[in-house]
Amino acid sequence: MLQVKEIDVYYGAIHALKKLSLEVEQGKIVTLIGANGAGKTTTLKTISGLLRPASGTITYKGVDLTRVPPEKIVGMGISQVPEGRRVFAPMTVQENLEMGAYLRKDKKEVQRDMELVFERFPRLKERRKQLAGTLSGGEQQMLAIGRALMARPELMLMDEPSMGLAPLLVREIFEIIKDINSRGTTILLVEQNAHMALSIAHKAYVVETGSIVLEGTPEQLMNSEEVKKAYLGG
Amino acid sequence: MPFTVYKGEVAIMLEFLQQLVNGLSLGAIYALIALGYTMVYGIIMLINFAHGDIMMVGAFVGFYSITLLGTNIVMAMIFAMIACAVLGVLIEKIAYRPLRKSTRIAALITAIGMSLFLEYMTIFLIGPQQKVFPHSAFPHKEYDLMGLLITNKDIFIIISAVVLMLILQYIIKMTKTGKAMRAVSVDREAAVLMGISVDKTISITFAIGSALAAAAGVMVGVYYNTINPLMGIIPGLKAFVAAVLGGIGIIPGAMVGGFVMGILETFVSGYGSSLYRDAVAFGVLVLILLIKPTGLFGKDTGEKV
Repeated sequence: MLQVKEIDVYYGAIHALKKLSLEVEQGKIVTLIGANGAGKTTTLKTISGLLRPASGTITYKGVDLTRVPPEKIVGMGISQVPEGRRVFAPMTVQENLEMGAYLRKDKKEVQRDMELVFERFPRLKERRKQLAGTLSGGEQQMLAIGRALMARPELMLMDEPSMGLAPLLVREIFEIIKDINSRGTTILLVEQNAHMALSIAHKAYVVETGSIVLEGTPEQLMNSEEVKKAYLGG
Repeated sequence: MPFTVYKGEVAIMLEFLQQLVNGLSLGAIYALIALGYTMVYGIIMLINFAHGDIMMVGAFVGFYSITLLGTNIVMAMIFAMIACAVLGVLIEKIAYRPLRKSTRIAALITAIGMSLFLEYMTIFLIGPQQKVFPHSAFPHKEYDLMGLLITNKDIFIIISAVVLMLILQYIIKMTKTGKAMRAVSVDREAAVLMGISVDKTISITFAIGSALAAAAGVMVGVYYNTINPLMGIIPGLKAFVAAVLGGIGIIPGAMVGGFVMGILETFVSGYGSSLYRDAVAFGVLVLILLIKPTGLFGKDTGEKV
């Protein structure tokens, strides 16, 4: 579904991604784990078109995304749950969800999808008229996920959805990710919480200083000495 | 029509209310201009110093619409709004967009350059003389409301300003475009991830802000009777003060700030001396910047629109 091939991305003089390659198969949960600053967020931003690779290609369903403007990439079926949630704080919960469906013209279906989001996250329904900035961290994460779902994505990019959440909530969020995937949405999940990410993924990549250093099934990675030492705490 | 003569406390009260009415008209004009400043700032963090001059262009488009095309005042205002919406979009595309990734000071200096360009281009094209807004387009009428003198100009200005502000509120709060404008102003990158085109949204913001300025320009023509190519400078600066007073980037703040500035100015002219009215307006700017730089409606968190 998505092939990232040998992309190089620079932030000014900093070489953030070095010939990074990965592949996401339709229907799967693929996770990208690694330390802070390894290049996980940069990878997702480059796929979404917010950053442009200096070289390499990103192919989605046969189209080269590196030439598509970011706002069009959303329309092609890729939506992102950005790092730090990035909900529109001074707008209401409902308005945030409407923004997620910004490109869609099928008003009735949008309405239906909003009801589905509210079914999945009843707390958002109670707070639909409330400003997003007044929600708790967990609720904001749910809103960010709901907002991304409103685009009806085929591929969802999730950037550290567990960041800053209480352990119980982290579990809940991962259950939700599994559920979204089981209903047909492909997921590329970036996580620092390697344990949780590996527990739900079908395939995993380890990124270090801008390059993929390991890849395989979660079982393979969980048994790898390097991964155990570096990411799973022994 | 003979006017009733009031004495004593009633007269003082009437005088006060009279100044208030005059202040409301002027305030409505400032508020409309301030809205454009604040909307543009909210979305691209630029003080568009050419904004007052867009207002001036609007006044001239309105003037020529009346004198050359023979339209009525309402049509003149609509033409001015359309022309300036286009002008605003072009200015942003040609002058500001190429600088979007440069420093803010570069864009600010460009805005000052654009302001001078509009002023002197207008002088080059039609000369520096002031033009008298045709009386035929707006026959003077006044009404005695229990001793309070209200002109049809006041009524026209206040009603059209309120209607325009209600339309603006509707656009910002209820339409998809308005919500996209707010989203871009809150978090541009997140807005892009929703599929919102930032360029298009910024263009729409300039179009709306400039159209409001154009409406204000026609109102200035009606209010002061004369227009000239440099007429945008002082009202533009005062509207800027109004926007800062309300909290730059905050739409209701611009409205309130505009009315406060207009009322303040008429009171200073009415009770003090009109010599001081400009000094007081800019004194307000100094005071806000000293006491509460985020403005009346501003939060220190930097939340916008």
